[in-house]
Amino acid sequence: MRFWDTLLALLIGLALWQVLVIVTDAPHFILPSPWRVAQAAYKSHLIIAENAWVTAIEVMVGLLIGTVLGVTTAIQLAMSKTAERLMLPILVFTQAVPVFALAPLLTLWFGYGMGSKIVMTVLIIYFPVTSAFHDGLTRIDSGYRDLSISMGADKWKFMQHIQIPQALPSLGTGLRLAAVYAPIGAVIGEWVGASKGLGYLMLLANGRAKIDLMFASLIVLACLTVILHIAVGMLANKLNRYAQGTPKP
Amino acid sequence: MKKSPGIILKGQHRIGDRVLFNTDLHIPGAQWTCLLGRSGVGKSTILRLILGLETGGVFSGSFAATDGAPFAGRISYMAQSDLLLPWLSVLDNVFIGARLRGEAPNVDRARDLLHRVGLSDYADQKPATLSGGMRQRAALARTLFEDRPIVFLDEPFSALDAGTRADMQELATDVLHDRTVLLITHDPAEAARLAHQIIVMSAQETQNWPVPETAALRDINAAETLACQAQLLAYLRRSAA
Repeated sequence: MRFWDTLLALLIGLALWQVLVIVTDAPHFILPSPWRVAQAAYKSHLIIAENAWVTAIEVMVGLLIGTVLGVTTAIQLAMSKTAERLMLPILVFTQAVPVFALAPLLTLWFGYGMGSKIVMTVLIIYFPVTSAFHDGLTRIDSGYRDLSISMGADKWKFMQHIQIPQALPSLGTGLRLAAVYAPIGAVIGEWVGASKGLGYLMLLANGRAKIDLMFASLIVLACLTVILHIAVGMLANKLNRYAQGTPKP
Repeated sequence: MKKSPGIILKGQHRIGDRVLFNTDLHIPGAQWTCLLGRSGVGKSTILRLILGLETGGVFSGSFAATDGAPFAGRISYMAQSDLLLPWLSVLDNVFIGARLRGEAPNVDRARDLLHRVGLSDYADQKPATLSGGMRQRAALARTLFEDRPIVFLDEPFSALDAGTRADMQELATDVLHDRTVLLITHDPAEAARLAHQIIVMSAQETQNWPVPETAALRDINAAETLACQAQLLAYLRRSAA
């Protein structure tokens, strides 16, 4: 069963970690034991929860805005050849700028609050979502197009009733990628300048040599990412099943 | 409905420097015309040309309906692939044309048509749950929903098993009896059975092939049908050699 496999893998990981601590005899401010980290997590659970909440909001709002922007752009590009010719090179070029390098600038422009982290997240996921969805919209079975022309279809109605539903699995692929990138965007934003969030808490703990708290934050961040990944994966599967007209297995 | 018009097409189609076909077609109104010929001779191109679809070549010549009115909005089209949208129910697929034109679909009429092709019980199911024959019947109902005087059929039955194909031929003949039908087929038996007129096409010419004198939708076992089928097959094999 998958659940037991996952649990077993986790236990093995923890055991290896403990062995590493014992073998290297590292001091707890360099490599804390799992037990110490658990204690720190328990002792600081309120502060971790508060900061995790902030990061989670940043990631989700960023995902939402980035997805809406990406979907809108992809539809525009697929509707107009001119837009496609002009915009695609620009989009690709902007990808050549490392978004991380923009983080200080974003903090300057949007402040130390959630705004700059949300913008960072949006910037990171915008391209994968746009690119995957645009690909799906334009890679359409030519038979559908022929049939629609013979039926006297309107261009927008063709987009609405055929292109978009057919491209939903591609959107799902883009969203899966976005779910991996989004937390990275938020945390980098927090590292550069923030007063809240898991990224901020990790830096703070590091500065005060509370490495156990840093590890606890890191693990919570990883858990958040995994939950997000699973949720988006379920959504992507749903989109797949919808587009293929197959019932839930 | 007014009597369905015939089609006249005369001219040459080129792809680059190569002449794909040079033809002079007369397709009578309200009848079934079967178009046969080797693969790649441009049978589908003729349909695409009249439908206004991309053909990948240049046509010099003219085509028109015998009643002088333009073709736009008067042709419905059914291909070998059923082209049902997998995310829509069978019923929604039948009236997709109305949706694509931004019209309010006549759902009752769509249900009637599904009844006519024997799919009443499957109206709310997704195409993925249907057999190949049922899917083609749904596509036929969609073609009928368009209610156009001219119907282009591009090998719509070729992927079906023999029994289902014979059933579909009978159903299509019944529901399309008053339309101008242009059927592209590779199957001499299908042409011998269904056609009021058979046209055999090659790169150089189009040739009207004699059809049996009996009424169309002929008995598969009738001597005339079998003879016509055999002669067609022999001719097609000779011209392929």
